[in-house]
Amino acid sequence: MNTSGSGGKGSVSFLSTQFSPVEERQKYEATLKKFAGDISVAYNPVDTGVFNTTLKSQLAAGKVEVGIAGGLHGDLAPFASQLEDLSSLMKDLSSAGYSKDVAELAKLGTDVPRYIPWIQATYVLAINKKALQWLPSGADVNKLTYDQYLAWAKAAKEASGRPVFGLPAGPKGLHHRFYQGFLIPSFTGGQITTFRNQDAVTAWTYMRELWANMNPASANYDFMQEPLANGEVLVAWDHVARLINAVKDKPDDWQMVPAPSGPKGRGYLLIVGGMAVPKGSPEKDKAFELIKSLSKPEAQIETLKSNSFFPVVKTDIGGDLPGGVALEAKAVKAQQEASDALLALPPVGLGDKDPQVSQLFKNCFQEICLNNADVKATLDRQGAELAKIMDTLNVPCWAPDPKTSPCKVA
Amino acid sequence: MTLLFGWPMVSGVLQAFGGPEGLTTANFTRMSQDPYFWSSVGNTLLLIVVMIPIQFVLALAMALLIRAKPRGASAYFYIWAIPLAVSDLAAGLVWLTVFTDRGYLNSLLASLGLEPVSWLAYDNYPSMFGAVLIAEVWRATSLVFVIVVAGLQSIPKDYEEAAGVFGASFWNRLRHVTLPLLRPSLQTALILRTILAFQTFAVALALTGQNFPLVVGETYRWYTGLQDPNVASALALVVMAVSMVTAVGYLKLLRDQTEAAR
Repeated sequence: MNTSGSGGKGSVSFLSTQFSPVEERQKYEATLKKFAGDISVAYNPVDTGVFNTTLKSQLAAGKVEVGIAGGLHGDLAPFASQLEDLSSLMKDLSSAGYSKDVAELAKLGTDVPRYIPWIQATYVLAINKKALQWLPSGADVNKLTYDQYLAWAKAAKEASGRPVFGLPAGPKGLHHRFYQGFLIPSFTGGQITTFRNQDAVTAWTYMRELWANMNPASANYDFMQEPLANGEVLVAWDHVARLINAVKDKPDDWQMVPAPSGPKGRGYLLIVGGMAVPKGSPEKDKAFELIKSLSKPEAQIETLKSNSFFPVVKTDIGGDLPGGVALEAKAVKAQQEASDALLALPPVGLGDKDPQVSQLFKNCFQEICLNNADVKATLDRQGAELAKIMDTLNVPCWAPDPKTSPCKVA
Repeated sequence: MTLLFGWPMVSGVLQAFGGPEGLTTANFTRMSQDPYFWSSVGNTLLLIVVMIPIQFVLALAMALLIRAKPRGASAYFYIWAIPLAVSDLAAGLVWLTVFTDRGYLNSLLASLGLEPVSWLAYDNYPSMFGAVLIAEVWRATSLVFVIVVAGLQSIPKDYEEAAGVFGASFWNRLRHVTLPLLRPSLQTALILRTILAFQTFAVALALTGQNFPLVVGETYRWYTGLQDPNVASALALVVMAVSMVTAVGYLKLLRDQTEAAR
């Protein structure tokens, strides 16, 4: 027994940025136990910062102890050139059926796969069926446009006498992901390069009107499941993990659908995690073996059931899923497979500037929606800050922006 | 001692002016252009201007009551001093249970058949400000109270009794005898309270999150949330400068004029 989480000689040390809360960790360790066969695994979930320094220092010292590095796409991206080429593994797993987007992401901008996709999550709309009566005529709730969404919010506000749409715009809410991955891509086709162009002005002008028809308490909501569960809000967008508790008890009262689409497509943010093997890893063969077992549909579905992260492989997840998870799974699939789907990623390679970039999107919301500031002037001001940050970073763009290097604000 | 206090201050100042290419004022520009900065300055000043007088009147009234030695005076003293022992954040969380949408206050309103109010909603500034004010007055008045009680105890009762003999009313005695003799204590309390008021943030953070920003809260946000220690230092420097100016101002303003004339 040691405290480094390496689990002793012969075991695979699995360093991960995911499932660190004790309960989630225990659940994932049970999944590992079930699918690892006779490979002994030391699962060691840590903060992104610790993950970074551990990998960096081990790689720099040439003394790698980590067998598998598991993290979100953005966690692994800085290490692309120091991760094993996983082409052979990918070939073995080709029948698993990774989506084209995810398989491309796994290359981390190089020519070969650097990680094997592991888990995914996204954001969808949760709808209390009571709100369906106010849906504008001709609108398909599974294929909403932003215009229909706004018309719906207005109609619902008028009919029920109070605004019933919500957004997690509280201090710990993830509303910046809505602008980064959904609203702005759908209206502009980009995220960073289009930050302050004319399409972005249209998007934020739309956002101001949408906000005027949302429950104003949204500025205090961190997770949408509470206001949804107590009926303060009937329709809300949020991360699947932050919606599940509202819908799981009475799944029949709820419907979950993809986010709306705009002029440039149905922008959606994909949170994808992968398993990578750092170069020089001591138990490479066992690590490969383990990655293979964790990519089996059964293991992926187990992860969905226990930890609410969705499979990255093609599999029929309909079967015996708990009601709430089944609702989410349907919405996630529909969103990803929509004909006009436009993949977006959370920022990649920003390091410690990451929170500041997300804050700039929140500032736009603060200024435009809460302080009623001029849209164009706000975007110019916040865009100038963003341009400064991007200039110092000198990193390539990520989806949906074109992969130019370095990424610049137009 | 100089090292202990001087070094962190020097390194803080250096950090506030530090950038990737040597000394710069960019951190201050970034700070002042942040959409939360000016509202945090405004909120902090408004809070101080409204809160300090309320606290002094309350503390003085409480201290005079204690001095009048009613039954159970020492019990009152201990009860009024309790908030001194409560941490800011804990106080904020306690008041959050009162003011939140489904909190005690709204439950009370509901049980009286009244409509609940979103006290802490971003678009309800007066009630948001009121909630922070009440919580902060509750939490921090006891400090002034303790200082004033100590000051009152050092004033011999003879003065007031003498004034009483000459027929001075309660208000006259308070104005011409007690308050002038209390000046040093009041001065200390005023400086301490004002400087501490500039540092208020945990209560507001717990109650209103980002909706009622205060300067020190912004410092915290820039340091931990946005991971930019340079801008955070710039904000801290502003707080320090304003605190120092205020302290000097008070010392000048409240100096005993008779003493100065000598």
